[in-house]
Amino acid sequence: MTDKTVLNATHRSLGARMVDFGGWDMPINYGSQIEEHHAVRRDAGMFDVSHMTVIDLHGARSREFLRHLLANSIDKLKVHGKALYSCMLNEQGGVIDDLIVYYLGEEFFRLVVNAGTRAKDLAWIESQAKAFDVQVKERPEFAMIAVQGPNARTKVLGLLHEVDRPRIEKLGKFAAAAAQGPHGMPLFVARTGYTGEDGFEIIVPGEHAVVLWEALVAAGVTPAGLGARDTLRLEAGMNLYGQDMDESVLPWEANLGWTIALDEGRAFIGRIALEQQKAAGVPRVMVGLVLDDKGVLRHGQKVLTANGEGEILSGSFAPTLNKAVAFARIPAGEPGEVRVDIRGREVPVRLVKYPFVRDGKPCEGI
Amino acid sequence: MSEIPGDLKFLKSHEWARVEDDGLVRVGISDHAQGQLGDLVYVELPEVGSAVKAGTGAAVVESVKAASDIYAPVSGEVVEVNELLNDKPEIINEDAFGDGWIFLVRPSDRAELDELLDANDYEALVENEDH
Repeated sequence: MTDKTVLNATHRSLGARMVDFGGWDMPINYGSQIEEHHAVRRDAGMFDVSHMTVIDLHGARSREFLRHLLANSIDKLKVHGKALYSCMLNEQGGVIDDLIVYYLGEEFFRLVVNAGTRAKDLAWIESQAKAFDVQVKERPEFAMIAVQGPNARTKVLGLLHEVDRPRIEKLGKFAAAAAQGPHGMPLFVARTGYTGEDGFEIIVPGEHAVVLWEALVAAGVTPAGLGARDTLRLEAGMNLYGQDMDESVLPWEANLGWTIALDEGRAFIGRIALEQQKAAGVPRVMVGLVLDDKGVLRHGQKVLTANGEGEILSGSFAPTLNKAVAFARIPAGEPGEVRVDIRGREVPVRLVKYPFVRDGKPCEGI
Repeated sequence: MSEIPGDLKFLKSHEWARVEDDGLVRVGISDHAQGQLGDLVYVELPEVGSAVKAGTGAAVVESVKAASDIYAPVSGEVVEVNELLNDKPEIINEDAFGDGWIFLVRPSDRAELDELLDANDYEALVENEDH
């Protein structure tokens, strides 16, 4: 039995090719994945991400609970509406999930977690929350639409109630606020995303999602499927849970060290394991690869280095670059000439610093 | 989906074969297959002069999403490949049954053609797959 978002019939009426994505019947494209990718890089596109899980936390000790639960420091959030990206680790330091947490009040935080990890995340969070007397409430009645691209914010702003526009226009990156959409529908507008472009992720009550989607289409926003979302986030250097990291991987090995806050005296779950691995030396590193020849780098392909074998995590043709790029996890140390085994052929690749694309343009050296 | 031309024969794995007037067999993938694969970004063509064997891999098409082996519908020698696909693999998306052909074979055993599905059988197969 696959789940459907409230926009399912809308996708089908637009001619979307639907696929099973972590138990959800979702659009992979509406015709051309590459055209949808370019629409987001050059103008504005939107994704139905209603399959993602919204979890609200309420309680006087919510902040204290999040200090314990998350590897990033919740105390970086000092202003209402601000958001933080963090990993949630197990005691061994493995990544249970990555998520965004919003600070909505001293006793109210909102988490957005991955769809594919919903059940285990909820079970984990609930078990950890008990000791802090924090109420964990899933919000399945919400839909979510990500509007992304250089013109995305302008197009969304035009649909908001006049009184809200100046405030939402001034909304900083990684911050969220409430606003009224078409016909006064209540929106939660966050300046976040998963494409490397500016834009908003909008949480909307499910019953208003179709009207909002149609208003966005009328405003010139291109519907884009999860296929384009994947190539956009890869170009932007963003990890995908389950492919780039999971419970067998510590954040150090997934280029997520920047999200780890080893602040004085904070005993978050997984901290001991993280510090032990750091002290002992991290055995594997995550790197960016570019294939200048023809062909496509893909998940699971073997990577050959001077220090032994690694493997491709996320890999794809990158439409903005017109060549294939990938993340790979390889043994630490000077890797020498790196090659990838593509169907039995050893193809040389270049090791690069990523992101591969920023602000719609290839990064230097890519 | 575009109409399936009646003069084509098919493998269950969605390759088509067309017997040309000169007896050579042109090979491509069906419109249904290109739709399933999505935007094509790379085609690995066989070498002209190489031998292909019916039901085994002769070429590879890669879309953004996945790589897919292209099986030869008949055995024989590759006499021509569609070089345009090197720079514009998307021709297969645009015209799978026509300009998007992949390679041309001089068949060594014409009886193999009788093993292939005709257009009606193939259409039925695709309809079943969709349900």
